[in-house]
Amino acid sequence: MSGSSPSEQTVKFYQTGTHTVGNRLLDDAKRTVQASMERANAITSGHRACQGCGEALGARYALDAAMRATEGQMVAVNATGCLEVFTTPYPETSWQIPWLHSLFGNAPAVATGVAAAFRVKGREDVRVVAQGGDGGTTDIGFGCLSGMFERNDDVLYVCYDNEAYMNTGVQRSSATPPAARTATTPAVGDAPGNVFGTGKNLPLIAMAHNIPYVATASVADLHDLEAKVTKAMSMRGARYVHVMVPCPLGWGSASNDTIKVARMAVESGLFPLFEAEHGAVTASNKIRRRVPVTEYLKLQKRFQHLFKPTEDTERIARLQAMADANIKRFDLLDGEDAS
Amino acid sequence: MSSKSLPFAITLDPGTSLANETGSWRTEKPVYLDRLPPCNNACPAGENIQQWLFHAESGDYHTAWQKLMEDNPMPGVMGRVCYHPCEDACNRAQLDEAVGIHAVERFLGRQAWEQGWKPEFDAEPSGKRVLVVGAGPSGLSAAYHLTRLGHAVTIREAGPMAGGMMRFGIPKYRLPRDVLDYEIQRILDMGVTLELDTKVEDIEAAFTKEGFDAVFVAVGAHLAKRIDIPAHAAGKILDAISVLRDMETGAEPPQLGRRVIVYGGGNTAMDVARTAKRLGVEEAMIVYRRSRKEMPAHDFEATEAEEEGVMIHWLRTIKQIDETSFTVEKMAIDENGRPQPTGEFEEIEADTLVLALGQDVDTSFLERVPGVEIAKDGVVDVDTQMMTGRAGLFAGGDMVPSERTVTVAVGHGKKAARNIDAWLRGGAYEKPAKAEIAEFANLNTWYYDDAPKTVQPALDVVRRQSGFDEVLQGLTEENALFEARRCLSCGNCFECDNCYGICPDNAVEKLGPGNRFQFKYDYCKGCGMCAAECPCGAIKMVAEEI
Repeated sequence: MSGSSPSEQTVKFYQTGTHTVGNRLLDDAKRTVQASMERANAITSGHRACQGCGEALGARYALDAAMRATEGQMVAVNATGCLEVFTTPYPETSWQIPWLHSLFGNAPAVATGVAAAFRVKGREDVRVVAQGGDGGTTDIGFGCLSGMFERNDDVLYVCYDNEAYMNTGVQRSSATPPAARTATTPAVGDAPGNVFGTGKNLPLIAMAHNIPYVATASVADLHDLEAKVTKAMSMRGARYVHVMVPCPLGWGSASNDTIKVARMAVESGLFPLFEAEHGAVTASNKIRRRVPVTEYLKLQKRFQHLFKPTEDTERIARLQAMADANIKRFDLLDGEDAS
Repeated sequence: MSSKSLPFAITLDPGTSLANETGSWRTEKPVYLDRLPPCNNACPAGENIQQWLFHAESGDYHTAWQKLMEDNPMPGVMGRVCYHPCEDACNRAQLDEAVGIHAVERFLGRQAWEQGWKPEFDAEPSGKRVLVVGAGPSGLSAAYHLTRLGHAVTIREAGPMAGGMMRFGIPKYRLPRDVLDYEIQRILDMGVTLELDTKVEDIEAAFTKEGFDAVFVAVGAHLAKRIDIPAHAAGKILDAISVLRDMETGAEPPQLGRRVIVYGGGNTAMDVARTAKRLGVEEAMIVYRRSRKEMPAHDFEATEAEEEGVMIHWLRTIKQIDETSFTVEKMAIDENGRPQPTGEFEEIEADTLVLALGQDVDTSFLERVPGVEIAKDGVVDVDTQMMTGRAGLFAGGDMVPSERTVTVAVGHGKKAARNIDAWLRGGAYEKPAKAEIAEFANLNTWYYDDAPKTVQPALDVVRRQSGFDEVLQGLTEENALFEARRCLSCGNCFECDNCYGICPDNAVEKLGPGNRFQFKYDYCKGCGMCAAECPCGAIKMVAEEI
């Protein structure tokens, strides 16, 4: 764990590390929200997410942390997407918090409106969290989101990025990585899968709006994710947290490998964990045990064509170069802390 | 659900998805289990090491010590003299270094001494009387465990002091006598009667005349093995066990001269050579017929001996003695690992030869007992219940076929006590089935931090060459706690909350401190993330019956 990370802990347990969800030897205050028997469980059992769904997990992590940070005074607004569909098939809902859904592309605008309504009513103690998948965020809701950022509306927007339109059948989004197979970027031809050189990096775009807070997080690092959401909720204005959530169905990974896939994305450098305030990077998490990108790619059938029938060394090298560039750009290696 | 009962603009009741029992999707289900940690599996005394470390990790040394005492009455002794096969088996060795279990055990022994802790047990007196013959580690352990089980125990010891090979075979610099005396006295304080200088000659009389209900013999192996070496004029030849025994009981230390050869490659040979060095001999040499790789001594013993200036002549046999001149022949290891003579000879000068070639058991007092079988190599045959051919007569320790270490002996004492207890109550002890071993592959080591073993400070070499102060020092409380917390808790839940935290379906229920977790199978979809992310391998996926 990086010394500069917000999840830094002063107590080190060599048996359990500081990496487990909880620890019986740790003060309650220093355990994660998820370790608590009193966590909000924003999404409860019975939802219809696939086995091993990273998004169901990431959303509970983020919202439970936000619920604790706001002492339960919170409203969530949801874009259309997997998260909305699997939690609310009528007449059931898995939500145990005030929750609102309107359209696919307007979640940031709806959230802005909810925040404005509370301001008018003098209830600025009630906080607003908006959330969506990568489709609703980077493509369909992008205009509304940019406006919300530009106006610095008092909303935390959380994007659960599983890198394609999973709910409708795994179509490519502007968050789909190069070489990945989707229903619309099939693994056929000379350059199978998604093309290189396309897509958006939304955390960097958010930073370009000079909003108070931008962070990336992963379901593989709960302490870090909770610390970032908690920090975001301590601030006012437009804030953005981008959480990587593996999708066993769309990525073709084993359902029990969800955390491992997310971890390999971080440890390879493909998904850098950092935070930024007012447009400038303020901290990044150091890689603990660096791995080549192949350790990440091989866990997923959407990249299978890079290894079969023969290894596509050239395009693997291009993906490795992307990871290496992240490592350099966000300063992800630290000799002393990379233990 | 009635829409009339809901507030304005609320369409669905919170958490109504609980009606949808997604457990029906499952083809595999997770189950909690306690696998057997490799340390526990390797412990000859049957200690539940992972469990007592668990308590030590939270600083509850008293509970840790009580758990330890359920299996082993002498933590202070054990933490010093055991060759810790637990640490050889420790999964942490594959991560960085094995947990220093012996050092924590020793620390607990020290705590018990300083705090005056007494073992807690609550057996009802059985009214049965058991005679234990021999006050070595095996006999003391049997007496201790029999007492815990409610029986009245008398120990008869032929020698002038209790402790057996712990006192007469292990030098002070490895086991200070105050530690040994304290832990023996604690056993006696539980109500065990000890009769010293009392050699038992007639086992049958103990049953028939004295009315003991059972007898456990553990007299050890004290007869030094001899070897014939052609000698024109024999110099001084001693045996290792006598030298070590004289260190304890003799009025003055054994006279070894200026140069000593110790013949043999076992731990006893190392102990004698190191003792000789401490007594001030100029040259302490070991002559051994095979190489370092084949020696029965533990490697650290040879290393420490060499550090202290003991010269080890590997691959040599003594062919002839002419007063102070020893003719030795060089040996070579053949493809079967056996030493073969090479026909090359050397001369070594020495004043004394000490034979350290192993020991035999004095079984003469058992030969008259009907039913007792003596095996070919002079040890006593026992069945799986540790009983000899004579009903009610049990045997253990060095005198039965086994590895001869203090820890094995202590384990025999416990095992014998359980079997004697069952036999006295008219049944047979049923050993619980072993759980599956917690292998390194069962762990998810991502969750453990790197933490190298705390090195025990060692005594300066100059002081080791000149005195009998203990070589290895104990750990401080801070270091002991650190060391305990390096335990990976292999195969046993330590309540890290990972399964509870990472379940995407909230299908794990946390039951609170000390009570672990349970699965909500109505909702568990069987994704297997809990099993994959459990650090210690305490969850297993099993197929559902469909």
